[in-house]
Amino acid sequence: MLLLAIDTSTTAITVGLHDGASVVAEATTLDARAHAEHLAPNVRDALAQVGAEPGDVTDVVVGIGPGPFTGLRVGIVTGRTFAFALGLPVRGLTSLDAIAHEAWLGGRRGDLLVATDARRKEVYAAAYVLGDARADRVTEPAVSRASDLPTEARALPTAGRGPGLYAEALPRAVEPLDVSGGALADLAVRRLAAAAHPAATELQWIDPGHGFDGLEPLYLRRPDAAPAPPSTKSTLG
Amino acid sequence: MSDEPLVLGIETSCDETGVGIVRGQTLLVDTVASSVEEHARFGGVVPEVASRAHLEAMVPTIERACREAGVQLRDLDAISVTSGPGLAGALLVGVASAKALALALGKPIYGVNHLASHVAVDVVEHGPLPEPTMAMLVSGGHSSLLLVPDVTHDVRSLGSTMDDAAGEAFDKVARVLGLPFPGGPHVDRAAREGNRIAIDFPRGLTTGRDMERHRFDFSFSGLKTAVARWVETRQRAGETVPVADVAASFQEAVVDVLTRKALLACKEHEVDHLLIGGGVAANSRLRALAEERCAKAGVTLRVPRPGLCTDNGAMVAALGAQMVAKGREPSDLGLPTDSSMPVTLVQA
Ligand SMILES: [Zn+2]
Repeated sequence: MLLLAIDTSTTAITVGLHDGASVVAEATTLDARAHAEHLAPNVRDALAQVGAEPGDVTDVVVGIGPGPFTGLRVGIVTGRTFAFALGLPVRGLTSLDAIAHEAWLGGRRGDLLVATDARRKEVYAAAYVLGDARADRVTEPAVSRASDLPTEARALPTAGRGPGLYAEALPRAVEPLDVSGGALADLAVRRLAAAAHPAATELQWIDPGHGFDGLEPLYLRRPDAAPAPPSTKSTLG
Repeated sequence: MSDEPLVLGIETSCDETGVGIVRGQTLLVDTVASSVEEHARFGGVVPEVASRAHLEAMVPTIERACREAGVQLRDLDAISVTSGPGLAGALLVGVASAKALALALGKPIYGVNHLASHVAVDVVEHGPLPEPTMAMLVSGGHSSLLLVPDVTHDVRSLGSTMDDAAGEAFDKVARVLGLPFPGGPHVDRAAREGNRIAIDFPRGLTTGRDMERHRFDFSFSGLKTAVARWVETRQRAGETVPVADVAASFQEAVVDVLTRKALLACKEHEVDHLLIGGGVAANSRLRALAEERCAKAGVTLRVPRPGLCTDNGAMVAALGAQMVAKGREPSDLGLPTDSSMPVTLVQA
């Protein structure tokens, strides 16, 4: 197995490779404004780290957000296209789960809030319980002002960039800040294993059918319905 | 024939997800998924709606293009993609997808200029481009007059619009006349029943000082305002607005300026081929008047068929194939998108 994981929902343009036993390569660039520039080179670099060719990849997993739309789409379309070109399966995972999973991998246990930058003075957030076996998401990802999150949620240790941006509302900052491709890959491999042996685990909130979240982006916001500025194009080509 | 480069082109600069495949100068397939209907109620393209539609349409459109052309991805010689100009978020979807294809397949990638692609596409209809060619691109996003010594690396801008693009003026006048979006085809249709000399609308940047300082530039904003004022005056007086006459007279003002300046550019730069591209090139009066004036001036007119004038993937593939054929270096896998990519920059 060589699983390629891609996420562009946070500041990190991140790629991880997992061989079924462990994360074997990671390539990450921190640049929230240039997802399309760095992502493909990062995939190439991660493959080069282990001397692999694109054709050696067996599975593709993409973070489906929530995240700022423009960057988020870069990761999803890259994963979908890469997989299509090589005839590989492609699956999606909620990006916030990867952040909680990385905290769990780092030894954190108990309640955790993940709050990432949603721009427009808002955060994307979901709450987790980090148990012995894994991190379970206990609230649906939502977008709101940090200060509008429930008081008990805001009191939790909080991963993601939310606390750095809204320290007053989210005072208990913990690591990690962004999604890492390695953690996403690790989570994906565990979900694949769980899906292959459903009886061996208690899949509470995971879709028992496949353990993944589909390939549609979690926008959580409707597009602004204002007409395009007049300087941009109309549909006349 | 089979040693000619097989190139897949991706275009997502506005609201059409286009994928085309060419072999050399032969068009194999031109697949377009449009989100135009989702934008119609806003009277213009909503960038975020367009970007979301691109993401959903991207892989299915690539798949359809390959299937319809009977092409295996692994047989491609290169991928080309519009890297600009256009809507930033929309461009990113196409460029990211093209990079993923290039990386997965181990093929070179060419990030190309959308405007140069509008010029390059005509090779699949009318054969190799004479060098130089004069090109006029008129659409909802562009109104440019270009001197093109070599479409793969030397495109020079002689002039462009100072305000609205030609197609935008059609959209806005259509709205004033109560015609649906997009305005181009509806104004064209209404104008066929009208008298094009009924109303003497202004010809922007065509007199005196303007012809010195903005010889090959265009301006349609004043014309649009003149039409709106003319219509409002009639409405306020309780008179019926002669929609067909307004449409015909407005359209005449646009195509008169366009063709006049294009032919002047041909004459002054001693170029005997004029290519008209972009969505407005589908306008029947523009074609007719251009033909008439070109014939009179001894200039050969080239206009791709309407489907190749609007944004599409074939034009990007066509430019990519010409770059491969001319031995141009591919772009880097880190190539950026550039929403305001200058027309003089053919490749990113
Ligand atoms: Zn165009």
